[in-house]
Amino acid sequence: MKKIHLELPLTKDKVQELTAGDYVYLTGVMYSARDAAHKRMTEALADGKDLPMDIKDQTIYYLGPSPARPGQVIGSAGPTTAGRMDRYTPTLLDLGLTGMIGKGRRTQAVKDSMKKNHAVYFAAVGGAGALLSKCITKADIVAYEDLGTEAVYRLEVKDFPCVVVADDKGNDLYER
Amino acid sequence: MRDIDTSVITETIKDMCLKANIELADDVSSKIICAKTQETTELGKLVLSQLTENMEIAKKELIPICQDTGMAVIFIEVGQDVHLTGAPLEDAINEGVRRGYTEGFLRKSVVGDPLLRVNTGDNTPAVIHTRIVPGENVSITLAPKGFGSENMSRVYMLKPAEGIEGVKAAVLDAVKLAGPNACPPMVIGVGIGGTFEKCALLAKKALTRNLDEPSPLPHIAALEKELLEKINEMDIGPGGLGGKTTALGVNIETFPTHIAGLPVAVNICCHVNRHVTRMI
Repeated sequence: MKKIHLELPLTKDKVQELTAGDYVYLTGVMYSARDAAHKRMTEALADGKDLPMDIKDQTIYYLGPSPARPGQVIGSAGPTTAGRMDRYTPTLLDLGLTGMIGKGRRTQAVKDSMKKNHAVYFAAVGGAGALLSKCITKADIVAYEDLGTEAVYRLEVKDFPCVVVADDKGNDLYER
Repeated sequence: MRDIDTSVITETIKDMCLKANIELADDVSSKIICAKTQETTELGKLVLSQLTENMEIAKKELIPICQDTGMAVIFIEVGQDVHLTGAPLEDAINEGVRRGYTEGFLRKSVVGDPLLRVNTGDNTPAVIHTRIVPGENVSITLAPKGFGSENMSRVYMLKPAEGIEGVKAAVLDAVKLAGPNACPPMVIGVGIGGTFEKCALLAKKALTRNLDEPSPLPHIAALEKELLEKINEMDIGPGGLGGKTTALGVNIETFPTHIAGLPVAVNICCHVNRHVTRMI
């Protein structure tokens, strides 16, 4: 198993070096967004408005954390099922999104778009939210605060562990 | 006749919400620890050791085991010699959930209308299943249910002629479809018999049974064992990344059914199979 330490943002040349099955530790900035935030972002684009962040070379973590206790950066923070975002994903990939972190299968349409746009899909361990929260050093809400746990957070992470499930060559670790 | 003020139920449920979400019951945690020593794939072993470490951090630092602290499913059995006083029972239960999820820093994951989708902000309402039973006690089981796995659950209305082989095929089909989406290793709750809604309820109830207690019915206990072995040969593995730990247990509950039917419900749960029971 190849273990790689990778700095974010995730430029396309970094994506091209990754292969399904690689074990990666991510360090840098990423954004959380899940169902309701994806819906809003897509609606914003349809209305000709900007996204809450410049998405080029960025990584979205499909996450809805539990609330932080006093003194904690964030509460439990594991991945949610990525497939629910599939409907919205190709649009974001076309705009330059290069990394996604979640768990579970993606549709062929998403994988085709990842190939075209040079993007990568990582899986973090589902149900390990307490452990993964320890890799998040800063968390700030940047949009849609009214959505509660579904707000968009800017996250700073250090050595966040995940595995490349689908790469930009069309490989998918779940299809063995 | 015993008087119980429903404020006692509120307080009990509040405590149970935190307990269930921070600390896995021994039957589930011991299965994860045991699987870690038996798993053969490199990624599988790595995932299982992360899950073990995750449980330790959660318990020590009061961080939920999983950020999806679930929709609160409550089975409440009220003795028929109990006289409940105070707030109406369902209000008292929901107040317990409200306080537990708010004071316990648990995630609020419930939307008030399934189509309008506005978060209720306090994780209420709970899904409540009430039974009146003999006696003068109140027994409460809280099973917070995450939706990564709930979404992969299924009901199969089989023909009686499909028999036990049909049941096996249905369970294996549901597990295969769930795959990496349901955060394996999974726990599989199966309901066989009853009606459309009864088998689903049996499957949910099955998830609350201790994994170390097989069904008291010999043919069902044998089916649980066989299905667990077959599921663990599917190579879904921890995190869906391959390996022999795909499920930690299969629990099956049954109920009489109609001459024309063989309903089977498969309620998939992830490894964070939370259940706490208290008696008042």
